[in-house]
Amino acid sequence: MQTFFQQILNALQLGSVYALIALGYSMVYGIITLINFAHGDIFMVSTYVAFFVGSALMAYAFKLPGIITFLLTMLASMFFTAFLAVIIERFAYRPLRKAPRVSAVITALGVGLFLENFTLATIGPHPRFLPPIIPVHRFTIWGIATSNIQLIIIFVSAIVMFLLDTIVRRTMVGMAMRAISWDKFTVPLMGVPMDRIISITFALGASIAAVGGTLYGFVYTIDPYMGIRIGWWAFISAVIGGIGNIRGAMLGGYLLGLVEIFTPVILPSSTYRDFVAFSLLLLLLIFRPYGLLGRPVTMKV
Amino acid sequence: MKRLALLVGIIVALSLIAASCAPKPGVIKIGLNAELTGGIPVVGQSCKNAAELFVEEVNKAGGIEVGGRKYTIQLIIEDNEDKAESAAAAALKLHTAGVLLMIGPNASRNAIPAAEVAEANKMPMISPWSTNPKTTIDAKTGKPKKYVFRACFIDDFQGVVAAKLGVELGVKKPAVLFDVASEYNKGIAEVFKKTVEELGYPVVAYETYTTGDKDFSAQLTKIIASGADGLFLPNYYSEVPLQVQQARKLGFKGIIFGSDSWGNLELIDLCGMDCDGLYFTTHYAPDIATPQAQAFIKAYEAKYGKTPDDVAALTYDAFGIAVTAIKQAGKIDREAVVEALRKITRYEGVTGVLEYRGTGDPVKSAVVLKVDVPGKKFTYYTTAKP
Amino acid sequence: MSKVKSLISAFKERWDAFYSSWPEPVKKATVPGLLVFFFLASIFFPKLGIINLYWQQVLIYVGINIILTLSLNLVNGYMGEFSVGHAGFMAVGAYVSSILTVWVFPKLGLSQYIPYLFPLALIIGGLTAGLTGLIIAFPSFRTRGDYLAIVTLSWNMIVKSVLENIEAIGGPRGFMGMPKLTSLAWVYVWVIITIWLIRNLVYSNYGRGALSIREDEIAASLVSVDTRTVKIVTFVIASFFAGIAGGLFAHVLVFINPRAFSILKSTDILVMVYLGGIGSIGGSILGATVYTVLLELLRPLQVWRWVIGPLLLVFLMIFRPHGIMGMREWKFLVPPEERAESWRKERELFVLPKLASAKTNPLNPEK
Repeated sequence: MQTFFQQILNALQLGSVYALIALGYSMVYGIITLINFAHGDIFMVSTYVAFFVGSALMAYAFKLPGIITFLLTMLASMFFTAFLAVIIERFAYRPLRKAPRVSAVITALGVGLFLENFTLATIGPHPRFLPPIIPVHRFTIWGIATSNIQLIIIFVSAIVMFLLDTIVRRTMVGMAMRAISWDKFTVPLMGVPMDRIISITFALGASIAAVGGTLYGFVYTIDPYMGIRIGWWAFISAVIGGIGNIRGAMLGGYLLGLVEIFTPVILPSSTYRDFVAFSLLLLLLIFRPYGLLGRPVTMKV
Repeated sequence: MKRLALLVGIIVALSLIAASCAPKPGVIKIGLNAELTGGIPVVGQSCKNAAELFVEEVNKAGGIEVGGRKYTIQLIIEDNEDKAESAAAAALKLHTAGVLLMIGPNASRNAIPAAEVAEANKMPMISPWSTNPKTTIDAKTGKPKKYVFRACFIDDFQGVVAAKLGVELGVKKPAVLFDVASEYNKGIAEVFKKTVEELGYPVVAYETYTTGDKDFSAQLTKIIASGADGLFLPNYYSEVPLQVQQARKLGFKGIIFGSDSWGNLELIDLCGMDCDGLYFTTHYAPDIATPQAQAFIKAYEAKYGKTPDDVAALTYDAFGIAVTAIKQAGKIDREAVVEALRKITRYEGVTGVLEYRGTGDPVKSAVVLKVDVPGKKFTYYTTAKP
Repeated sequence: MSKVKSLISAFKERWDAFYSSWPEPVKKATVPGLLVFFFLASIFFPKLGIINLYWQQVLIYVGINIILTLSLNLVNGYMGEFSVGHAGFMAVGAYVSSILTVWVFPKLGLSQYIPYLFPLALIIGGLTAGLTGLIIAFPSFRTRGDYLAIVTLSWNMIVKSVLENIEAIGGPRGFMGMPKLTSLAWVYVWVIITIWLIRNLVYSNYGRGALSIREDEIAASLVSVDTRTVKIVTFVIASFFAGIAGGLFAHVLVFINPRAFSILKSTDILVMVYLGGIGSIGGSILGATVYTVLLELLRPLQVWRWVIGPLLLVFLMIFRPHGIMGMREWKFLVPPEERAESWRKERELFVLPKLASAKTNPLNPEK
């Protein structure tokens, strides 16, 4: 039993990160119906930003308490990543709003590839860890081993998701986002600045991914190609939850965290993970194409 | 019309490339197939460093004398991105570039497919660091390959050494966590399991993961639940830190040990104190170097500012063997070089004495090293003779 | 710029005049003649060492990519679907044909005949891939657009994952041991077969059905186009050729592993299709050639190759979203009754082929 709860905790940690990234996919799809395949790589860039800012702060700043350094690193990462996402949207996606959808998807793929290889070419392929900004304390609660970092990941993610949910449901900006995703053509006629809202959406999605990135960098190594795998898994999370649906993305993220942890437990080999995840996706798409929390879209003939 | 111009332009460009591929007179081309990017870039970097050092030394001394003529070596480097399919493609690329022989790849998951390509195209190949037996064995016939050799021992030997190390360290309930998507890890894990069970200690947990995984908590939780007191991690230097840290975090208090894939100082940087005092088997130890090895170590440190690791030392030896064979072959011809390679029975390199007994696999001793994190180095523990 | 243009059109006129002055039989023989010449070239040039090894490799890869691009263009270009998992079919063809040449044929005692059985291995691989194409065809009845993209993507990943879990064929560590059977000649033959088959398919009833599905699926079904059959035929043939390409690929690299057929490879094929121009056979050929050759040319840049490449791709998509050839087609591939007399500028999104009768003239070079 204790092992089971241990695994649940492991799954929560992973799932939080997936959920944070899945949110970016869902938000962008919701607003301009584009699967932003570059999002996984934006996440990767955010981890590198956190790495450089964190290392710089540790080396040059005065002995700030760990929490402050951590917050600063995260904020810097969020800011820079949001900026990057807005630039990408402005120069790569906006010109293609009227073009056939496939061009936008290929562009997204191209941007992703570019980010990966640019990071590889400039910074190098060596995997790195974020510097230990917050010293690791390991302890056991009720027989389950955990660490302060793990708990921080789970709680910070939950707080951020809650904040996002509030923004989307309670503020004007959030309302504008939801409105545009509902009806793209009429809403601009109502005086909503569509371009600005779209940029805000990208920025928001990217900064949330950056939160995930900073947290991720503390426990796992970062390298230029990590965005690929995590990006795809977060994408599946978003689709399973219902792409375009914020709460669905969160749900999907945690679900996939569970899949990733429990597959090697139940099945003999870890190589079944991909198979299980994608089969689930396929089955879901066949029987409930709009995801768990999605809604069907009607098409006029 | 634009399209025609485009096509013509492409053809012209291609012919320029074809022209530039013509061999220069008095030059021997040797190919290097290394993991410069991907999951284990330090391995590729060390390999490249040692290769360039060797070639520079040879060329400065005037080149190699073959059949009465002096030749300089031209190194052609291909990055196999630490991916099996890219390693095969890189081998093919080196073959079409007309190299006399190919050194590398290092990781067995890359060396094995590259060896297939080398054998199919009759290109001699020496892998410095690949220890999995399959590299030199033909996948279809099960017999040793004709064109593929290596500069290191094979895992049939190393796995036994690792098993005996575990027992000596006091492990009674061994567990293994290895990468099932990589030939080396899987191969040596299997030899380890077989040996340790023959010695009377059944393996209580035998968990797998896939290359690129970063989270091992599920598997490690299972291992801890199985009551293991020893964990064998035959995995690469970039993954072991995560595994060790996560194991300790989850409460694993047993002995952790590994194999030659640990052998890089970057392991210490990535791992921190969690890895202090752990043991692993490998090819050579700078502490007990022979005078010949010391000369190499000095030259390497002078040029690159750091102590050469086992990959570098083995690459240096691989080149040494290659050049010896080329000289003995008497002509710049792949078949002659292969014949000469097969005739070498004993070679004294910086990693020790290599004895070839009819196949491409040398018989050598292994050493066990201990990780010293505060000192930022590996210290010598013991030697295991074949 | 206009000077160059007028020079080019003057040259074109001269050439047209010269060409029309040829006697009829010679004109009829040009295309077959060229085909035969290149066929002989593909056999003898390598043997005589006229093209060096490196060139040969590149040409072989170009050929394989042409087949892949043509097959995907059938689904994405002509039928307007969004299939992004094409490498999955390639994987099936590669593995099946390799299993045949490495295990099955030797077991049946046919080892010496393997070079002659190579086309059979390829075809069986292709047929198996075609069968798996059915698996994608069925969901396509219900979903389109992004959802079909996700379905095809998942299928690609599932194929890769299943292959990784079958230990008998090496799992994630790959499968090897196949003989190096792919040669320039074989690739050439298969490229020609592919072009011929697909071109005839496109101008047949099924092809026109595919086009109508692309334009407006519901309207198409209302004018009694059997959308289900058309979809099945298109997907199956597309996957068949992807399987053939996979088999050729396996026997030139003599090593395959599941990762070689991941979404990255599917992306490559997608890029070649959209680069060349959807709905255009000539476009696919051009796209495949340009992409493969360009990547080779950029090789000296090493890692930067993959930085510049995607950047170029992004620029291309922004400034020329329809690819190099848009939806236009080389004259000699289009049957005479299809040709619209005025090729208007690329602003026009498509040239609607006239809904002529089912009879088409294969490869008629007549003006």
